Parts: sequence; structure tokens; C-alpha cells
Amino acid sequence: MAHEVETRKKTQAEFEYAKRKREEEMRGQVATFALMIFLTLVAFTAVAADFSAYYVVPTILLLAAVQVGLQLYYFMHAKEKGHGTPIFFFYGGLLIAFTILITFVTIIWI
Amino acid sequence: MSSTAQAQKKGFGATLWDYLTTVDHKKIAILYLVSGGFFFVVGGIEAMLIRIQLAVPANDFVSAGVYNQIMTMHGTTMIFLAAMPLLFAFMNAVVPLQIGARDVAFPFLNSLGFWLFFFGGVFLNLSWFLGGAPDAGWTSYASLAIASGGHGVDFYALGLQISGAGTLIAGINFLVTIINMRAPGMTYMRMPMFTWTTFIASALILFAFPPLTVGLFFLILDRMFFANFFAVEMGGNTIIWEHLFWIFGHPEVYILVLPAFGIFSEIFAIFSRKRLFGYSALVFATILIGFYGFMVWAHHMFTTGLGATANAIFAVATMAIAVPTGVKIFNWLLTIWGGNISFSTPMLYALGFIPSFVAGGVTGVMQAVAPLDYQLHDSYFIVAHFHYVIVGGVVLALLGGLHLYWPKMFGTMLSEKLGKITFALFFFGFHATFFIQHFLGLLGMPRRVYTFVGDQGWDLYNLISSVGAAFMALGVITLVINIIMTSVKNERVGNDPWEDGRTLEWAIPSPPPFYNFKQTPLVRGLDTYWIEKMEGNPEGMTYAEPIGDIHMPNNSIIPFIMSAGLFVAAFGALYFIDGDKAWPLPVLALGLLITLGSMAARSLKDDLGYHIHKEDLLKEGGQPGGH
Amino acid sequence: MDINKQYSAQTWPDHPETATLEGKNKFVGFWLFLGGETVLFATLFATYLALKDKGPSGMEITASQLFELPLVFIMTMLLLTSSLTSVYAMFHMRSYNFRAMQAWMAVTVLLGAAFLGFEIYEFNHYVHEFGFTYGHSAFSSAFYTLVGTHGLHVAIGLGWFILLMIRNAKRGLNLYNASKFYTISLYWHFIDVVWVFIFTVVYLMGVVG
Ligand SMILES: [Cu+2]
Repeated sequence: MAHEVETRKKTQAEFEYAKRKREEEMRGQVATFALMIFLTLVAFTAVAADFSAYYVVPTILLLAAVQVGLQLYYFMHAKEKGHGTPIFFFYGGLLIAFTILITFVTIIWI
Repeated sequence: MSSTAQAQKKGFGATLWDYLTTVDHKKIAILYLVSGGFFFVVGGIEAMLIRIQLAVPANDFVSAGVYNQIMTMHGTTMIFLAAMPLLFAFMNAVVPLQIGARDVAFPFLNSLGFWLFFFGGVFLNLSWFLGGAPDAGWTSYASLAIASGGHGVDFYALGLQISGAGTLIAGINFLVTIINMRAPGMTYMRMPMFTWTTFIASALILFAFPPLTVGLFFLILDRMFFANFFAVEMGGNTIIWEHLFWIFGHPEVYILVLPAFGIFSEIFAIFSRKRLFGYSALVFATILIGFYGFMVWAHHMFTTGLGATANAIFAVATMAIAVPTGVKIFNWLLTIWGGNISFSTPMLYALGFIPSFVAGGVTGVMQAVAPLDYQLHDSYFIVAHFHYVIVGGVVLALLGGLHLYWPKMFGTMLSEKLGKITFALFFFGFHATFFIQHFLGLLGMPRRVYTFVGDQGWDLYNLISSVGAAFMALGVITLVINIIMTSVKNERVGNDPWEDGRTLEWAIPSPPPFYNFKQTPLVRGLDTYWIEKMEGNPEGMTYAEPIGDIHMPNNSIIPFIMSAGLFVAAFGALYFIDGDKAWPLPVLALGLLITLGSMAARSLKDDLGYHIHKEDLLKEGGQPGGH
Repeated sequence: MDINKQYSAQTWPDHPETATLEGKNKFVGFWLFLGGETVLFATLFATYLALKDKGPSGMEITASQLFELPLVFIMTMLLLTSSLTSVYAMFHMRSYNFRAMQAWMAVTVLLGAAFLGFEIYEFNHYVHEFGFTYGHSAFSSAFYTLVGTHGLHVAIGLGWFILLMIRNAKRGLNLYNASKFYTISLYWHFIDVVWVFIFTVVYLMGVVG
């Protein structure tokens, strides 16, 4: 029945290929990590350097958004296939999250 | 049939144990139906008390304080403990069958969701016996809820927190079931409407319940653990509660009404003996309503003082929802149009639903006009409006769905004669109760008042409203009599008792065997079973696989224990703030320990389920389609 | 599904976490759950923004006085690194290298525990140095609830990691537990995502003022 899983032995060539793919991906993820550390450093430096809040706040928010994208697509594998539906729902959650945030900084008697 | 035969042979203790541990979606459906039905009766009794109190001016049947408790509990019970679980009953009973699945994606979590709801509901209602029920309205606005004395509001916050967790779990479960468990050939655009509406409603649950969870946590933390979210003198802000509650509360209306739409869609198609008109438009409208449902919550807060810009945006968005809803209404009308209509009990509910719900929708659009809402707000006009939506939409669907799916769930047919009497009494009573309340509102009667002074032109209307409520009660009593008589008579029915079933659930025995489908069906189009019937297939199904072993999940008592742990912990949390007792903190810890311990037990013990072997399936005999 | 079935690196599927129907269900269900968690944290963030620096009249403490960047920077580095180590763990899970996976998960747990230790120190510091208790003001309630809920997620994640590691220490990898390892790693990345916004919105924007 559908619950039984067919397992198949890969040929040596297939195995080597899959292994190379995984290692490539891993190298990409390490590069992603380096980029994330860099973005974090930029954000902290921007704040520590005491620039005007007008520039700093949008910049660090943007950096955070980029970092989240990196986490999602590289660390959480959202770019692999089979992620369409889950990611669609995740973005649905983000849209509602965004609406709530906008509301709470605008129309709450502050 | 073999499962019922076994059930009759089993003793009471064994049957009880079976239901406490079951992970079968069909049995969980029955659990939801029974407990939701119980809470529906409780909420109904509260409604009758309200109408008795308001039948005549200056009545002293109940005191003002007790009235506040009854009114709060009526709303809370009906929404959270009656309407939602009753819809879950039908979703559980029908959706896996409609998509050709053997069970839901997470049978264990399905059981956990039910028991969380159940213990939350019991906890909430225990407030009646432990110092008084919540009395700040079902919306429990923070400025009032924080000031409410006693433990009533604490029961509200903790009880809803527990049952809300159950709802969230159930929502995720249905989503994954529909995404992953559809039979071969069952594309999204071949899913029956009830499955579609369940899908969208579950998505709304997923995103609407977290804000409620947070709001309730704030309330719990403020009242019991020294936080200051709503304490204005400490910098808090009570508008936060209003937003959180309505960010949840408006989608909640669609969580209730979309599955109701789904049930009616099934009824219209079956009893018009015609495929749904504009199926894809109906699907699209459902998705659109789901999306808009999140963008309009502030129409409940027009008078809060959000400012003209915000009011305008939310007013326009609210009016926009009427468009997809209107699309649906026309689709249903055109489904009936030219159909070979059979006026069965479910069809009567569906036909009664259209004008009732349209009335509720129209008054909704009236309130979307923000300036007019300043006049209507907090008057009986609002009470009339939302009862037209909830009773005229959801409760009629529940009653119609009960008659429609009763044979599939229990294998017997409710009496059509008594069913029609139920409908007549309930439908007449409903309009008599609530139509007149529009005028009471326009005449200035505020909602939530425990009594009123006579000779303001309200006396007769209130009396009419109360008499109408009595008719609704008579309708429900007739229904109960019907259920008892049908169960005693116990005349078994076949696969397709309405003879015009269109979807897969009607292709298998009533009630279905515990594994649902001996062979997974192959879906060849919308209205699968209808297609097979029209092509003269005596089996009613084309199969996607030969008969083989079936994998089934094991029963488990852990969901019950896990939920019971939270129930215990809630008592500790509730009495913690009193500070005069030594036991609350240990009880809180003990309860959480029970829950965490059973979670650990669950993950440490492998639960791989078992197999029904091919030989046993063949031995059970008969053709899959035969009875 | 037979959990005693033995695999080799060559029979191990490319995507073991979704190789079974149970695994697929878990995978989709958990992503959906994270969608709900996103909304949950958004409401906590929104409330924090609405109540930031709000307190009884004459309250002295504000975000810009309270927060110290060096500590937050260390915590951020710890959590970001733990995110990478759990990626390594998943790399080895997919390569059918159980021992390496366990080792990387152990490193992840250590980093997470260090993060949690710093957070407890931080809260303690605020309470004792500033008298900034949970009931101090609306600001303090919103701050501790937001950051504390994240901390609670870290703690749950650590417990989950440890439970899985101990439970499967003797059994090695199979298709029954592969999806469990995968879900906890998703959870851990999500915790990191939330922290990115916490250090940005709460701490950095708090210091900026
Ligand atoms: Cu609304």
C-alpha cells in the first residue's frame, strides 16, 4: 500500500552525482552563512555608528528581510521542489502578519 | 455493518474505552457531534433564559449580574463549543470520504484536537459551579474584562485557550489531509464543495487563531500574572484587545459560514439532481471570501475612534465581500433552476437558508456604512443581523447537514416527517425571534441590557421575539425525539440512501467500514460517484489499486491524558492569583507535567500502526459496492 | 513501514524526510504550523511596538537606556551559528551519516543552551539593576512576553533535540525518524528567523530610539 516505501539502490554514478550535488549545496549554505554574518555586522555597525534614525531604521529592516529570505530559501530549503504549497501558506501568514503590524503602529490610539 | 455489530456485542466499558482512545475520524466525528450537540442544548437553554427575562418589561426573573453571565456564556458556548465542533463533526465524518482517503493525515492529532476542545469546554462551563460564569460578553473587551471581579473571566480565558489549541490542531490536520491525502485523480478542481470550504475554513483557522491565542494570553497574564497589557494606568492599551479579538473574530464568522456554504452546496446539487452551477466560480468566490475575511475586522470597531481614513478603508473592504457572496447565492439559485427538485428535509433547510442569509448579508452591508453604523452599533439591530448570519446560515446548515449525513454516520435514516416538522417549527421560530429585533434596534433598544422600562414601544416586539424562541426550542425537541425514535427503530440503509448522492462518500456502506475504502478509488471527474452511476458501474467506483494490505493507526489514550493535564493545570493557574492557598502552584506544575510527560511518552514510543491483511479483507466478503 | 529496515548510503533516498507518506504529512503540516507561528509572533511584535516605552506617568526607563548591544551581538552570533550547525546536521542526515549528524546536533544544542544562558543573565540584569520587573509597566510586560516567548521556543527546541538524540542514539537513521530530524531543524531555523527580527526591531531600533 501507499505506506510502503520502495527503496532502490543507486548506481555508482547516480550516487556520486547526488553526493556532489549535496556537497555543492552545502558549500552554498556556508557562503550564505558568511553573508548573514556580514549583514548582521552591517546592521550592528550602522546602529553603533549613530547615524540618523531616518536612515538606520529602514536599512536594518531591509537587512533583516534579506536575512530571512536567505534562511528560508537556503537553510530551510524552500527553493527545493515540493515546497510550493507550504511556502504559499507561509507567505499567507506573512501577509497577515504584515497587516497586523501596520495596524498596530497606525490605528491604536498612539 | 460489521463494526456496528461488534459495537453492540461490546459492553459499555469497552465501548467507552474505544471512544476515549479512538483515532478513527468517523468516531471522532461522533464525539464532536455528541459533545457539540450537548453544548448546543446548553447554549440553547441560556438563550431561552434570556428570552424569558426579556419577554416582559421590568422583569426580575434573573438578576442583572446573572443575566450578564447567561448572555456571555450563551455567545461563547454557541460559537466556540457548539457551532465549531458541530461543523468539525461533519468535516471529520465526510471530508476524508469525499477525497477517497482512509483517514486524516494525523489521526493522533485529530483525537488530541477533540479532547482539547472537550476539556476546554468543560472547564469553561464549570465556572457556573465555581463562583460564577464570565460576565464581560463573548467579546470580553479588556476594559470590562480586567475589571470583572471573581474568576469568571479567568475561566473564559483559560477555557478558550485550551479549546482554541484543539481547534488550531484540527485546522492544520484538515489542511494537510486535503493537500496530501487525496485519492489518485482527485485534483483540486475536482474536490467537492464541502471539501473546498473545509480547506479554506481550515486555512482561516490557521491564521486567525494565533491572534486569539495571544489576546487570551495577554488577558491571562494581566489578570493572573501581574502583566500590564491592558492596564491603562501602567501604560497599557485596551484597544489592543479589540484588534486582536476582531482579527480573530471576523475570520471566525467565515470559519463558521464557509463550511455551512459547503454543506448547502452539496444539498443543492444532490436534491436538484444537477451538478453545481458554476463550480469554478464557487471555488474562486470561496477563496476570495477567505482572503477578504482578514482585511475587514475593524468594521467591528468603527465607533472606537480609529479615524475617518481607517473607517473608510475597512468600510469599502467590507462592502467588497458582498460580491463573492452574491456570486455564490446566484450559483445556488442557478443550480436549483431547471433541476429535478426533491423537497427532502435537507433541501428545505437549504431553500430556507437563501432568503435568511441574504437578509443577514444585506444588514451586514448596511453596517459596513460607517456613519450608519454609529446609529446601529450596540443596538438590537446588530443582534438581529448576526443571528441572521449565524442561525440563518450556520445553524440551518448544521440541521440540514445533520439530516443529510445522519444515514452516512449512523446507518439509519431520520424520519422525514418529523424532520419537516422540525424545519417548520425552527424556521418559523427563527424569523419570529429575530426579524422583529431589527425594529427593536431601530427603535433604540440597546443590546446586552438585562431588562427595559415598559411603554417605549418595545414591549410587544420583545414578547413576539420570546414566543418565537419557544418555537425554536420546540423544533429542537422534535429533532431529539426524531433521533431517539430513529435509533430505537434501527432500520439499516444502504450506500446511497438519498439515491442521488454524487460524491465518493455515497459510494461506500453506511456507516463505512473502519478502513473506509477497501481499494483506493480512482477519481475521473467532479462528482465521481455520479459519473460512475451514469456509466452504469455497479461498483460505484473505479479502483486505483488491487486489494492489498491496509495500514491503520493504533488507538491511543495519550491525547485524552495530554488534554486532561492542561485541564488540571488551568485550575492551578486560575487560583494562583488568590494568594491565600498553597496548592495552585503545585497543581499548575502537576498539570503541565502530565501534559509534557505524555508528550514525551508519545515521542519515545514508536507508534507504527498495524496492517489489515488482504486475506481478512477478502474474507469480510461481499462486493465493495454491495451491502 | 519497517523501522528495522537497514539502509546504506547508496539505498538511502535523496529526500529521506519526505520519502514516506507520514514524512510528507509531517513536512507539510509543520510548514503550515510555522505559518501560524509567524502570525503569532507578528501579534507579539505588534503589541511590543504599540507599548514600547509606555508605562505609568513619570516612568524613567526607556528602551535606549536599557539595551546593551555587545551582549545582543554575542547572542545573535551564537544563534546564527547554531543555525549553520543544524544545516550541517541535515547535510549529514541526507548523506546517511548518523554519527556526524548527531555530533552537529550536539553542537547546535550547546550553542542554543549558551544563547539561553545569556538571555537569562540579561533578564536577571534588567530586573536587578533597573528594577525592570515583569509587572513594572506595559513596556516591560510586552518586552518580556515577546522575547520570553522566543526564549521559550529555544528551550522547547533544545528539549526536542535532546529527546530525539537520546531516543535514536542506538537505532541510527531510518525513514521513520528522518522526518523527525528534519522538522526539528526547520523549527530551529524558524527560531533564528524570529530572532533576526527581535535583534533588529527590539534591540537595534530600541537603541536608535
Ligand atoms: Cu466582521
